[in-house]
This record gives sequence, structure tokens and C-alpha cells, in this order.
Amino acid sequence: MNKLGRRKLKNFLALSISSLCAAAGLAILFIILYDVLKEGLKSFSIHLFISDPAPPNRGLSGGLKGAFLGQGLLTLAATVVGVPLGVLGGTFLAEYGRNSRFCRFLSRLCDMAVSIPSIVIGTFVYAILVLPLGGFNGWAGSTALAIIILPVVIRTTEEMMTMVPWTLREAAFALGAPYHKVITSIVWRASISGIFTGILLAIARIAGETAPLLFTSFNSNYFRLSFNEAVPSLTVSIYQYAASPYEEWISLAWAAALVVTILVLILNIIGRVLIKIRIGG
Amino acid sequence: MDSRDKTTDLLVVNNLNFYYGNNLALSDVSMPVKKNCITSLIGPSGCGKTTLLRCFNRMHDLYPKNRYEGQIVFDGHNILDKSQDLIKLRGRIGMVFQKPTPFPMSIFDNIAYGLRLNDISNKSVLADKVEKALKQAALWEEVKDRLKQNAAGLSGGQQQRLSIARTLAVDPEVILLDESTSALDPVSTQKIEDLLAELKYEVTIIAVTHNMQQAARISDFTALMYIGKLVEFDETETIFTKPANKMTEQYVTGRFG
Repeated sequence: MNKLGRRKLKNFLALSISSLCAAAGLAILFIILYDVLKEGLKSFSIHLFISDPAPPNRGLSGGLKGAFLGQGLLTLAATVVGVPLGVLGGTFLAEYGRNSRFCRFLSRLCDMAVSIPSIVIGTFVYAILVLPLGGFNGWAGSTALAIIILPVVIRTTEEMMTMVPWTLREAAFALGAPYHKVITSIVWRASISGIFTGILLAIARIAGETAPLLFTSFNSNYFRLSFNEAVPSLTVSIYQYAASPYEEWISLAWAAALVVTILVLILNIIGRVLIKIRIGG
Repeated sequence: MDSRDKTTDLLVVNNLNFYYGNNLALSDVSMPVKKNCITSLIGPSGCGKTTLLRCFNRMHDLYPKNRYEGQIVFDGHNILDKSQDLIKLRGRIGMVFQKPTPFPMSIFDNIAYGLRLNDISNKSVLADKVEKALKQAALWEEVKDRLKQNAAGLSGGQQQRLSIARTLAVDPEVILLDESTSALDPVSTQKIEDLLAELKYEVTIIAVTHNMQQAARISDFTALMYIGKLVEFDETETIFTKPANKMTEQYVTGRFG
């Protein structure tokens, strides 16, 4: 009985400590969400989306219209470039390069690239696309984001396609299908929801990035829908407004942060739901 | 009763060796495959019967370092030739696997897959061929009202008959069966055996099976393999009643293997 009692005590201790840690982690998350929600809602209005930035302390209701648009376009451009490249690259690694040591090395390299600090990518792009072109520009910003999304999409695609059983490919080959048809009509079709989920999560990741934009497209108060100059960025605006001494701006930064948080949350939730549907079905 | 001529060689295997990397998996196999007959390949696990089967449609080419030596003559050509067009070959020699392999698409699209590969896109032609193949595979009655539904929703036995229908749809001359009924219940197995008995009048069938009774029931010729070698090839009746080889007799009577 004594032994059993000790085991029960140990079990109780392990359970309470791990529960406590889980609660602490979740509590921090909820405090952040609560704070963002509370502070963000104060200045949350339609002006945030439709007005241009206004100087502080003049009683004007300024907004971040350009920043929303700019951030959206930067993310879109990065997605348009990064996703097809990533899907095709991942397809190569999973199919044509599956037996090559070099390709396995490349795929390990992608794993490492996923965890490169994004500011490093920002400074890299600064060196190749900002300095030579003479100033901050949108091309550099979207390139930096595309570089971040690329290894994520490559690896997700590769993993999802590797999960498709080989017997399915063999069955298609046995009907006389050429390899490209096997890939496009069988393997992609069988893994599309997984790849799509990975892409969504990757987009969610770059949509909230600040560091890679600081050195590349930076920020601007005006948006002329041109990528040849600095492009307004929501995340960089939050950074600048939050660091300013003006209460109006700080409050606006909270509101913008709320919107970014919610957007990223929605993308993530859609991604998770898709994963659930895929596993369930 | 049996109107078939069982004397024409459709395929001839001559001194075939096959290597997985450096491992010799088939050693000096020679046997004919008679046209419009069912040939069973039997033998204990690991004897090379599936390896031999997969030589007929060059499935081994999908993996690196596999190597053939010798000949499989089909229509006057050695299909093991490097210059052999594998897409054409696999169009003429179809294969059904051990486990059902429904493609992630509708029942109709599954059957039409091979037809579309051959650039058949006319809707009524496709519909006719799909219906014919499904009827041949004894699946039509069960699925005719849900052709647009995903094939993954079918039962295991239905999925296997779907795989057979998909293979039949492209009108192959030879069908390779790799233990195609081993994962099925007796009712589905019966349906597929009945189907094979019909099909042999139109196509040539090579079947790998672990089930000795099945080999005896369905096949005209039987080959016994053991450790990569062909032990004996003869008419099924001879193999099961008066085999020439002692090992064959032991194997078919269940005293070894």
C-alpha cells in the first residue's frame, strides 16, 4: 500500500505541475489577447481602414488605409511568387529527386532556412535590392517575404506528397500514365488539402512580419500603388506608432495590432479546420 | 466447351535474371505465357513470384538500381530492352494490385483515367467505355447511380473491382494480378474469380496467388517458384495431380512452404 501511495502522490505531483505550466502558458496568451482586444477596441473605427494617417493632437481622426493596402499587396506579391516556386520545388524534392542524396540535403537545408531569423533575410535583401536600387522599395519588401515563405511551402509540399502511398502512384503508372500526369492528376490531388493548409499557415506567418520589411520596403505615409518606392506597412506602422509619444498614435497602433491579430488568427483557424477535415475524412 | 486455343505463346520469358541492386532475386527463369489463358504463379513468400510479375510491365523501373538480364519476348520484341516505350507497354499489359487503389476522384473519373490518357475525350464514348468496363467487372449495378461520387466511399471489394474495371477500360492484352483477392472476403473473391473466368476469352491473365485452391480453380497453367527460381511450369492439372518435381508435389499437398 505504501508503494501504491507513493505512486499516487507522484502521479498527482506530475499532473499538477504540468497542468500549472499549461495554465501559465495559456494565461499569458489570453492576457495578450485580452489586452489587445481592450486597448484595440478604443480606437477601432471605420477610419482605421479608410483614412490616411493624420498628425497627432489636431483632433483629426487618422487611419492606416495605405498601410493595410500596402501590407496586403506585399503579402500578395510574396505569395504569388513564393507559392508556385515552393510547390514546384517541393514537388521536385518529393518526386524526381526522391532518391538523390543531394535533394535530401536540400530538404534539410530548407528546414534550416525556415528558422533563419527574418531580420537576417531583411538585411540580405537590403544588400541586393535596396542599396543597388537606391532606396526602400516594395519589390525588396515582397522579395524578403517571398524568401521567408519559400522554404515553408517547399517542405510542406514535399511532406504532404511523400505521405501519398506509392501504391497509388504505381497504379497510375500501371495504366500507362507518364510521370508528370501521375504527379498532377494523382499525387497533387491526393495531397492538395494538406498543401493548401500549409500555404495558408505560411501566409499567416508572413502577413504579420515586421523585421524583414524594416530594411526593405520600410514604411510610408502615402501610397501611390507603386512598388518602386517605400510601401506603407501595417506592422512597421504599429512599431512606429507604438514607439511614438502621442496617445492617439499609440491607441491607433493597438487598433491595428488587433486587426493583424484577428486576421492571423482567422488564417490559422481555417488552416487547423482544414487539417481536421482532412484527417477526419 | 472451351473454345480457346491454348497453344499460342503470347509472352515468352527467356533466361530472365533480375537484381535488386546487387541481390539476385530471379535466377534463370524461362517459361511461356499462353494466349487467352490464366497462368498462376505460386510459391512461398519471398520466392520471387511478385518480382517476376512486376517484370512484365517493367514496374521495377520506378526504383533505382534494379536491373534485368535476359528476355521477355512480347509480340516479337524483347520488352526488357532499354528502348522499350514503357507507357505503351503498360497500356497493353495492365496490372491490378494486392490492395485496392482507388484514385482520389469520382468513380467515373477513376475508370476514365486510362482512357483520357489515351486522349479519348468524347463524352459519349467515355460514358460507353466506362459502363462496359464496370459491367465487365460486375460493379455496374452497384454504382450506376453514384458514378459522380468519390471512389473512396466504396467498400474494399467494390474498390478492388473498380481497380479491375479501370485496368479493363483501356483494353489491355494482358492483365497482371498481384494477389488481387487476398484482401477480400469470400463473396468478393467469388465475384472476381467468376469475372476472370469470363475474361480469359478476351485477355491473357497472369496471377500471383498464395491460395493454392484458387490457383487450381481458376488457372490453365501454373508455375511454382522457389528462392528466385522456377521449379516447375506445366498445365495446372498436371501440377496438382502428377507433378514431375518432388518439391512441387510437396508444396501443392501442403507438406512444405
